[in-house]
Amino acid sequence: MPQQLTPQLKDLQSEIEGYAREYGLDFFDVVFEVLDWEEINEVAAYGGYPARYPYWRFGMEYYALSRGYAYGLQKIYEMVINNDPCYAYLLAANPIVDQKLVMAHVYGHADFFRNNYSFAHTNRRMVDEMANHAARIRRYVEAYGEDEVERFLDICLSLENLIDYNAPYIRRRRREDAGDIDPDHPARRRQPRRLAAKEYMEEYINPRGVLESEAQRLQEERKQEEKFPPRPEKDVLLFLLEHAPIPNWQRDIVGIIREEAYYFAPQGRTKIMNEGWASYWHSRIMTERALADPELIDYADHHSGTVATQPGRLNPYKLGLELYRDIEERWDKGRHGPEWEACNDFEVRKSWDTGAGGGREKIFQVRALYHDVTFIDEFLTPEFCHKHRLFTYEYNESTNEYEISSRSFEEIKRGLLFQLTNFGQPWVYVRDGNHMNRGELVLWHRYEGIPLRLDYAREVLENLHTIWKRPVHLETYDDDRPAVMSYDGSEHTAQERSED
Amino acid sequence: MTGDSFSSFSSIRRIERDKKRFDAIIRGRIKKELRKHITRGELIGKRGGEIVSIPIPQIELPQLKYGRKRLVGVGQGEGAEGTPIGVGEAEGGAGGAGDQPAHHLREVELSIQELAELLGEELELPRIEPRGNRTLKSRRSRYKTIRSTGPETLRSFRRTYREALKRQIASGTYDYRYPMVSPVREDMRYRSWKEEPEPVANAVIIYMMDVSGSMGHEQKEIVRIESFWIDTWIRAHYHGIANRYIVHDAVAHEVDRETFYTTREAGGTRISSAYELGAKVIAGEYDPEEWNIYCFHFSDGDNWGGGDDEKCFELLIERLLPSVNLFGYGQVESRYGSGHFLEALGEHIEDERLVVSQIPDHEAILDSIKDFLGKGR
Repeated sequence: MPQQLTPQLKDLQSEIEGYAREYGLDFFDVVFEVLDWEEINEVAAYGGYPARYPYWRFGMEYYALSRGYAYGLQKIYEMVINNDPCYAYLLAANPIVDQKLVMAHVYGHADFFRNNYSFAHTNRRMVDEMANHAARIRRYVEAYGEDEVERFLDICLSLENLIDYNAPYIRRRRREDAGDIDPDHPARRRQPRRLAAKEYMEEYINPRGVLESEAQRLQEERKQEEKFPPRPEKDVLLFLLEHAPIPNWQRDIVGIIREEAYYFAPQGRTKIMNEGWASYWHSRIMTERALADPELIDYADHHSGTVATQPGRLNPYKLGLELYRDIEERWDKGRHGPEWEACNDFEVRKSWDTGAGGGREKIFQVRALYHDVTFIDEFLTPEFCHKHRLFTYEYNESTNEYEISSRSFEEIKRGLLFQLTNFGQPWVYVRDGNHMNRGELVLWHRYEGIPLRLDYAREVLENLHTIWKRPVHLETYDDDRPAVMSYDGSEHTAQERSED
Repeated sequence: MTGDSFSSFSSIRRIERDKKRFDAIIRGRIKKELRKHITRGELIGKRGGEIVSIPIPQIELPQLKYGRKRLVGVGQGEGAEGTPIGVGEAEGGAGGAGDQPAHHLREVELSIQELAELLGEELELPRIEPRGNRTLKSRRSRYKTIRSTGPETLRSFRRTYREALKRQIASGTYDYRYPMVSPVREDMRYRSWKEEPEPVANAVIIYMMDVSGSMGHEQKEIVRIESFWIDTWIRAHYHGIANRYIVHDAVAHEVDRETFYTTREAGGTRISSAYELGAKVIAGEYDPEEWNIYCFHFSDGDNWGGGDDEKCFELLIERLLPSVNLFGYGQVESRYGSGHFLEALGEHIEDERLVVSQIPDHEAILDSIKDFLGKGR
């Protein structure tokens, strides 16, 4: 059972919280719970929540975590969940210096959750919502049987990445309102609009060519409107939720999986920033305030563990932390703006310091207004890439190895941005829900030059078919040739197709 | 902090239920359709510093995602363009989504001894009993126990401190703000030794591999991984261990380890050539009275006709099997399918020292290791 914080830990919490506030961090209340290692592994397997729906994948995570712990390979440093209040966990067996570090780190996350705009639309009562989901799914298990419900969860989770990660921030669809019956609504007009003109001016004010192309455009637009969906829809799960012929309990499960996927999405799109921010603050709080002299070595050890880079890997904690430090230094020394950009003299750049100050304010602003893609896009510099020895790597089929492919700044930036945009997932849309007027479903993979894993794609089609109940198609590319993969419930076929 | 609403950990053993469900899938009792997604991770990460990844089974649900072709990743560290940074991992590994906490570290440096223990535990392998009465016993002292008396030079600071701390906490004289711990006489603990008998036994492992044209990169990789683990396990049970490597197509050669895993010939397959050479090596250098001898032969089983099978059986029965602890035959599946040799062996020879095992793909490696080593020989 979770233990109450000991008096010592309580003292610590208020001490660290005080430091965090002094530095200007602004967070939801944080509730720390002390767990033993079995409990903490369990909570971690559930993604930080004490109650999740029954599902084997959590068991798998738990197994991996507890084996890892038993072999001494890994232990979880910190876990904190985006909720109001924030919940965070402390491992009972950790020494005090670790608890301090974890607390300082957690306050960084709590500040980030509260202030970064990506989280503005997340449910801050998700702990309760997750418990709700769990209760509903448990009810379905009782009513329809474990195997049946689990099989359906497998299917939904194999589709969970097919959502529109930007949806919370944009209104994609026009509201289905009066516009639809109003004949003068732009979408309803059949004829191009003429401007009033005297007869002799008609040819000039309403030139025939323009009218014709306008008429054609309107016709195409109407054709588009008659399609279903009118425009390709990226939120495949929503489309299925609204249109697939499935019983209500299954519809509810699709909704649950979709809601959880959207809830976790902001954490995915701010991984580098969020971990970097928390690491930045734990290192400041610890080294400037909280650390007692005898703890120095242990702290250094654990901090270096957190930000260690395995050869070839990019550690988001490290990358984020260093970028914040870099931004702070650049703004403090005035190393930004047109004059800085225009300067090509290495020596001048090296000693550039206008004494501008304001680095601290800048990083607070950055943590509120950016996510990983914009963060990298704006603040990754050639100097930074060089200093931290970044490189890109690619898979070499002939040696079955990953190899360093480039150290050029442009390549690194492009590689990082590609990895981060859309979470490095392929762009997949529902293009047609009534293909050939036979109720068949067509998904469209917007090709970016990188082929899909085809064996997986076939299985995803099978899963889609289970939900859609009619033949399903995926327009993608096979070896750079446009192709369409189909599954009709009994067999897979693949055909060439014309360009997008 | 009240914490009572959140702390309703009645769920505490719910995770056990999820884990049981996962175990059942792994063992193939339910949901066979998921079984093909089980990955065990690459069994060996890197050879250099003996870094290995621990085989923890994972199931990945199929999703629409990129293959690894042409996917560009970003890393950090030294190295010029073209420097390899690690063998191919699971497809799409470079562009991870991010809804899971970052604890996917499943690689660690382990010593061979630790590794063998893990392997034994994972596969429930019996310990090898070195055979015969040649297991000479010598006695050796090891410092591995603690006593409450002893010379000051052997005082265990940590144990002493712990005892003192326990006593102070129990008697309420410990204050975390002034953590002074002073041991008294009863708290003192000293390191002490135990005498242990220790078996002395020597072993030699002779690896033989078919390198004919039909054995491709993938087959060799399987052999490499499998023999690594076999080596690890056997090594953990003996002190002096020797390895010999024999490759064969239509003729057999003894080679060094590097060549063994990399060489590739185009010729046909005459298995008897390898068995003959193996028997010669044993007869010449390893007296079965003094050595525990292990032979492992890997092939795709596509032996030439013309009576070569019979010659193999003869060699096995008369020369090889009588002198070895174990003769393992592992049949991998090449592009051209799997040969007949495994069946033929089963039909013609019945001997508990002969173990045959089929290894159709990477996933089968663990089961195959268990076939070979599960007898404790």
